[in-house]
Amino acid sequence: MLNRFLIISLALLPLGPLDAADWSAEISIEARHFFNDALNPQQHGSNLSTTFESEFYHDWDDDNQRIVFTPFARIDQHDSERSHVDLRELYWRRTFNNTDLYIGIRKIFWGVTESLHLVDIINQSDTIENIDGEDKLGQPMLSLSHATELGDWSLYLMPWFRERTFAGIEGRLRPPIVIDQDNAQFESGDEERQVDSALRWSHVIDDWDIGLSIFHGTDRTPQLILQTNNGVTTLLPYYAQLDQLGLDAQYTYESWLWKLETVARRHDNRFSLNFNRSKAAVGGFEYTWYGLFDSATDIGLVMEYQYDSREGKRAPIANNDIAIGSRLTFNDAQDTSLLALVASDLDQRERFISLEGSRRLGGDMSASIEARFFSNTTPQTQLYSLRDDDYIELLLTQYF
Amino acid sequence: MFNNKIYALILPLLTMLLPGTAFSTDDAALVKKGLEIATETDLRDKGFGDSSSSLEMVLRNRHGETSERQLRNKTLEVANDGDKVIIIFDTPKDVKGTAFLSFTHKLEPDDQWLYLPALKRVKRIASRNKAGPFMGSEFAYEDISSQEVEKYSYRYIKDETFDGRDHFIIERDPVDPRSGYKRQQVWIDKAEYRIWKIDFYDRKDSLLKTLSYNDYNQYIEKFWRANIMKMINHQTGKSTVLNWKDFSFQNGFNKNEFTKKSLKKAR
Repeated sequence: MLNRFLIISLALLPLGPLDAADWSAEISIEARHFFNDALNPQQHGSNLSTTFESEFYHDWDDDNQRIVFTPFARIDQHDSERSHVDLRELYWRRTFNNTDLYIGIRKIFWGVTESLHLVDIINQSDTIENIDGEDKLGQPMLSLSHATELGDWSLYLMPWFRERTFAGIEGRLRPPIVIDQDNAQFESGDEERQVDSALRWSHVIDDWDIGLSIFHGTDRTPQLILQTNNGVTTLLPYYAQLDQLGLDAQYTYESWLWKLETVARRHDNRFSLNFNRSKAAVGGFEYTWYGLFDSATDIGLVMEYQYDSREGKRAPIANNDIAIGSRLTFNDAQDTSLLALVASDLDQRERFISLEGSRRLGGDMSASIEARFFSNTTPQTQLYSLRDDDYIELLLTQYF
Repeated sequence: MFNNKIYALILPLLTMLLPGTAFSTDDAALVKKGLEIATETDLRDKGFGDSSSSLEMVLRNRHGETSERQLRNKTLEVANDGDKVIIIFDTPKDVKGTAFLSFTHKLEPDDQWLYLPALKRVKRIASRNKAGPFMGSEFAYEDISSQEVEKYSYRYIKDETFDGRDHFIIERDPVDPRSGYKRQQVWIDKAEYRIWKIDFYDRKDSLLKTLSYNDYNQYIEKFWRANIMKMINHQTGKSTVLNWKDFSFQNGFNKNEFTKKSLKKAR
């Protein structure tokens, strides 16, 4: 299927003169150090990793046609699962008046909140890249997008499902029991060949940005099923069928951004115990003080509450949690910024802490530092399996 | 009768002697003249329809070290409101592909969105940040956003001739209390109503920055644009030079090219 998309997209490569074409690339080197010994002796105390990502695009036909090609690759010192390649994008776009037709592999983002992305469901998370879920795998699709006076409509047909990535045996930030990624189970008999579909309406009405979405297809988040085979215990990813209704809204007033995302889900599968239907929401505000103490520095405060109706073993990490974050933006020539975030579970008191800092070095390079801590975990809490995986990371990126 | 005569004699005397009264009569005239100059400046730039250009920014710190930014912009003139603007960032390379959409308004806060290409995400952002620096430069957001007559109150100061041109000098005071400036002094040439120089005074009324315009060209026989704008910050010793290129007017842009959706496709 992927190959077929490749062939279609390549066949549509332009023959006319180049109206606009561009190529860019980035190479990064990442060093991670873990503060504690790993739970499993096969895991390592530190890790080096390197990535390459390139983007080529070309516009022609009065900018009514575009092709984009974005390959990505990582080579990891220890984790063979983290060494992976992906086509982040490879698509062709044709514009007819107010309608865009897309064929190929794309990345789509839906939503407004900062600490959790509930509504965003088109792309699978490339969680092996970073546990924050901001990295996504390219999703093959045929998509139509139509702009009207009463909002934008987008329809997506997705003929190929992408499985979530997880750390391998030697990788960190994984449960003590290895996730058997080669034997994923699907509720759908068509497995990853099932065609998923989604429809979204979004609109801007004065100070409101609103989106409504419907998704029907394979849940991007697998349930992990404990399984013992020939005396070897593994966690098996099980991808259920999901219907999801989503709403996202942001109200912008002066220095305030008020944000809400909420979903209603229906799972229908053999592993479900008491839940077929569930609800989740994340909402809160972001406020920025500009020009702190007569300087150019801005300080932003984010506070979001995360709720999920699923309880017990099925409860996700963000089920009754509050996330508080602060971003310091120096507005200097090097774009220096610092970000601190604490997410606390209100029932179980476990805490996730993230600290990030970034700065440009010269013209074509940037550096960032990231530290993450999992604290107050107990055998009953969701982050327990990551209890010894606190880490600090240094990332250097060179742009071309 | 007698009283009336006395008053008839005294009144003109009083008017001359009491500085308050004399001031207010003259002041009204100065305010009126200031507004007239600003209105004429604005009028001469009306009707451009739309425009596009590219821009190189050179940021210089007090040690003389420089860093560059390249961006492109498209502007759509909106009748009875502020312009719609899209800015696309080409360098620094780590922000390449970032795009910014603004619906500027005369007095209301602007509506602004930012497209983050790595996440493919469009974020609506708060637009209160008028006084903050644009891309780490010496230009504040309010310096580069669309200039509307309603954003200031005016006063004519005097005439001044330099570089062989006759100028009006007007003072303009920002209406918005969130502006970073108490006042600005603007040099406008009498022949074509082009701005040649602006002195910016901070909230404490000390001279903060000077912006000078150079190398004006006229487009489609009406609209003047400076190719070079240099902002010097007197308090920090830093400066920013804007080198404008590729001005193009009346490209036939329409409002569908200035939406959240089009921001995601901007290149």
